[in-house]
Amino acid sequence: MSEVLLELVGLTKAYPGVVANKDVSFRIGRGEIHALLGENGAGKSTLVKTIYGLVKPDSGTMDLNGAGFAPAEPKAARAAGVAMVFQHFSLFDALTVAENIALGMEQPPKMQALAARVRAVSDQYGLPLDPDRTVGDLSAGERQRVEIIRCLLQDPKLLIMDEPTSVLTPQEVTILFETLRKLRSEGTSILYISHKLEEIRALCDAATILRLGEVVGSCDPRATSARDMAEMMVGEVLHVPEKAEKPLGEMVLELTGLSAPAPHQFGTALKEISIAVRAGEVLGIGGVAGNGQDELVAALSGEMKLPAGMVKLRGADVGQQPVNARRAMGLQAAPEERMGHAAAPDMTLTENALMTGTTRKHLDNKGFINWGKARDFAGEVIKAFDVRTPGAENMARSLSGGNLQKFVIGREILQDPDVFVVNQPTWGVDASAAAAIRQALLDLAAKGAAVVCISQDLDELMEISDRFCALNEGRLSEPRAAKGLSVEEIGLMLGGAHDLEAAHEDG
Amino acid sequence: MIAFEKRPQPSQAWVYAAPLLAVVLTMIVGGALFAALGKNPFEVIRTIFYDPLFSQNAWFYRPEILIKGGPLVLLAIGLSFGFRAGIWNIGAEGQYIIGAICGAAVGLALYPAETRLIFPLMVLAGALGGWAWAMIPAVLRVRFGTNEILVSLMLVYVAEQLLASMALGALRNPEGMGFPGSRNLSQWPAAANKELWQGTGFHWGVMAAMAGVIFAYILLTKRLFGFQVRLSGQAPRAARFAGVNPGRMILLCMGMSGALAGLAGLFEVTGPSGQISIDFNVGYGFTAIIVAFLGRLHPVGILLAGGLMALTYVGGGIAQGQLSLPAAAIQLLQGMLLFFLLAVDVLTNYRLRFGQGEIA
Repeated sequence: MSEVLLELVGLTKAYPGVVANKDVSFRIGRGEIHALLGENGAGKSTLVKTIYGLVKPDSGTMDLNGAGFAPAEPKAARAAGVAMVFQHFSLFDALTVAENIALGMEQPPKMQALAARVRAVSDQYGLPLDPDRTVGDLSAGERQRVEIIRCLLQDPKLLIMDEPTSVLTPQEVTILFETLRKLRSEGTSILYISHKLEEIRALCDAATILRLGEVVGSCDPRATSARDMAEMMVGEVLHVPEKAEKPLGEMVLELTGLSAPAPHQFGTALKEISIAVRAGEVLGIGGVAGNGQDELVAALSGEMKLPAGMVKLRGADVGQQPVNARRAMGLQAAPEERMGHAAAPDMTLTENALMTGTTRKHLDNKGFINWGKARDFAGEVIKAFDVRTPGAENMARSLSGGNLQKFVIGREILQDPDVFVVNQPTWGVDASAAAAIRQALLDLAAKGAAVVCISQDLDELMEISDRFCALNEGRLSEPRAAKGLSVEEIGLMLGGAHDLEAAHEDG
Repeated sequence: MIAFEKRPQPSQAWVYAAPLLAVVLTMIVGGALFAALGKNPFEVIRTIFYDPLFSQNAWFYRPEILIKGGPLVLLAIGLSFGFRAGIWNIGAEGQYIIGAICGAAVGLALYPAETRLIFPLMVLAGALGGWAWAMIPAVLRVRFGTNEILVSLMLVYVAEQLLASMALGALRNPEGMGFPGSRNLSQWPAAANKELWQGTGFHWGVMAAMAGVIFAYILLTKRLFGFQVRLSGQAPRAARFAGVNPGRMILLCMGMSGALAGLAGLFEVTGPSGQISIDFNVGYGFTAIIVAFLGRLHPVGILLAGGLMALTYVGGGIAQGQLSLPAAAIQLLQGMLLFFLLAVDVLTNYRLRFGQGEIA
C-alpha cells in the first residue's frame, strides 16, 4: 500500500460566491480503500467530479501512476482507468441488465458475449445478478450492482463510490463490502464517499476529511472513534441526543388494517398495516425508500383519504378527514421531500409558515390572512430551531437543505402536535443539524407527543426509537423494542423475513 | 461565452423592469418591421403609442381606449387566477361569447318591457352563461382528467358556431328585414349599457373592470384563497399538503374566469357592439391572455397592461387608416409584446454572466 496511485496537489475550484475546493492535496495508495468524509457542502462532490473529468479545477494538478492526469471529460478519465458509481443511478427501467450495460460502452460486444462476461464478473466478485432480467424489476441494491459491474468491466484502477450504502439493507451492505474488499486484494483502489462513520471504520484503510472545501485532517479510521471523526467533520463538539426515561401514556394513534391502493403508477400499495402508538413514544419505521413510506405519510397526513375505521386519533376515526381538520385535532406530518412538498421553494419563509400553520396557530381571521402573525410565527421557528437565514422574508430555496429541514420540522413541532409523523427527518442534512433535529424529536416525545419517525438511516432509528418496525413492500412488520435489537434481526425485518422463511420451508 | 446563472432570490428590480424593457424592445423590433414595410418607423410608433392619448384628435380616441380596455382587463383578471394556480383556461373567448348570448337572450325575451330590473338580470345571466361554459372543461378535468387547455380552446369554436346560429336564428331581429343579427340592445334603454359620464367611454363594463381589479387585489394579497392559488401554481404537492383540494381549486378558478368573461361579453353586447351578430367577437378573449401575462398576473399590472393593449388597438386602427399599415402588422406587434416579455422574464430569476462557461 506504499505505492501511490493518485496524487492530488493543491486542487482549487471556485464558483461565484463559494470556494468549493481550496488547495486540496492528498494521496490514494494502490489497493487502498480511501474514505472521503465531509458534511454536505464540504466539497466532496466537486472533488470527485474533478477526478472524473466533469469539472475543471482552477488550479492544482493530479498525477495518476506518476504521470500527469487532467481529464477533459469522463471519457478520458475512464480511459485512464477511473470509474465511478454515482449515488443516483442512470439506468433504463425497460431494458435488461445486459442492454443497460451495453448502452454505456463505446464498443459493446455481442449481447450473448456481454451477458457471459457479466455473469463471469458477477460470480467472481460475489455480486449475484442475472444479465437477462429487466432493470425495472430489480431492487435498489441490485440496480447498484448493475452500475458496479458496468464499472468493473472497464477493469478500473480507481473506483469512486458516492454514498453507495444509502439505499441498501444491512445484508446488501455486507455483500457490497465483501466485493470491495476483494477488489482491494486485487490491487484496485477505491475512493469511498460516505458520512456513515461506522461503515468507514469497518471498511476503509485511510480517510481524508473535508470541511468547507479544505482538507482539515486525515486519519486511520480503524484506529479513530466515530465520534472523533464526526467532530473533525463538523469542527465542533457534537451533542449526542439524550433520551429521557419516561413512562408511556395512553394510546393516541391507532392504525387498524390500513390498506390503500398505490396512488399512482410508480407508487406502492399499503397492505394491512396495524399498529398503535402511545403518548410519549417514538416509533421508528425503517425500510428502503419506495416501500410505501410516502404513501403511509400521505395516509396519515390526510393527503390520502381512507375508508372508515383504519386511522383513529384518540379513538376518533379520522380516515375521511382532510389535512387541516387532522391538524386541528393534533395530527401533524412532515413529508420527506422538502422542496415542493413540505415547503414551497419560491415562497418566503413567512408564506411557508402559513402553509401548515394556519389552523393551529390561527394565522387567519375568517379567511383574511394575518401577515403580521404569520411573520412572527416564522420568526419564532427561525429562532427556536436556529435556522440560518437573514430573515423570514427570504425564499425557502435560498436555504441550505439542513436549514430548510430545521425550519420544516420546527414549524410542525412549534404547533404542539399530539402525534407527529416525520419521513426522513435528517436526509441530506449535515451532522450538527441532524443531531439538533433528533434531539427536537426526543424532546417532543418527552413532552407527551407520539412521534412516528420513518427513516432509512438505521443508526438514527436505533438512537431515538422506543420501538422499531420495518416497512417492506407496503407491509409493516411486527414492532419490537428497539433496545437490544441486533443488526441481523433488523436486516431480516427489512428484507421481509417472512418471505425468506417461507421459501426455505418449501425447499 | 454568455451563461445564465440562477439568482438565489428573484430580482425585485427586474419584476418591474421586465415589462418596460419588453415594451421598448417591441417598439424597436416593431419599428424595424415597419421600416421594412416602407413606412417611417418613428411616425408609425408615434401614431400607435402617442397620438391616441395626446394628439389634437385625442378627445375622440381616449373614450375608445376605455371601451377596448374594459373587457380586456375584466377578462385578464379572471384568467390571472387560473394561470397563477396552473389552470390554463385558453377559452375565455368562448365564455365571452356565451355570456353575451345568454345575457342578450334574457333581455330579448322580455322585449319591449321597460323596467330597471332588466339590465341587472341580463348581467346575472351573462355571468352565469360564461360560468357554465367554463364549467365544461373544469368538470371534465376534475372528473376525467382531460386537458383543460384543449377542451376550453375547442369550445371557443363551438361557441362561435352557436353565435352564428343565434344571430341567424333564434335571436334574429324580427324587424330586421331578414338581415342577420339581433335587435340593437344599446338603443333599448332598459337593456342598454350606458356611459356613466356622457362622452367618456366609461360604461358599466369599465366600472366592473375597476371593481374587478380591486376585488382581485384583495383576494390575492389578503385572503387565504389567494395564497392557496399561488401555492397551487408554484408547488402543487405542497398545496395539497397545505390542505388545498385541487379539484375545488380548478372549479373555482375556471368558474371565476368564466363568469368574468361572460360579464365582459354582456357589457360589450349591450354597449359598444349593441347586438348579437355573426362577427360579434373580435378576439378579446385571446388578447386578454397577453394582457394577463404582460401584467405579471397581478391586478394592478393587468390594469396597466390592459390600457397598453387597448392603446395598440386604437393606435393600430389609426395607423391602418392614416398610414395604410396592414392589420396583420398590428397583430404582430401585439404578439411581439408577449414574446419579448416572456424572453426578458428570464432575467428575473437568472442573471447574465459573460466569460468562461463550464459544466458544473
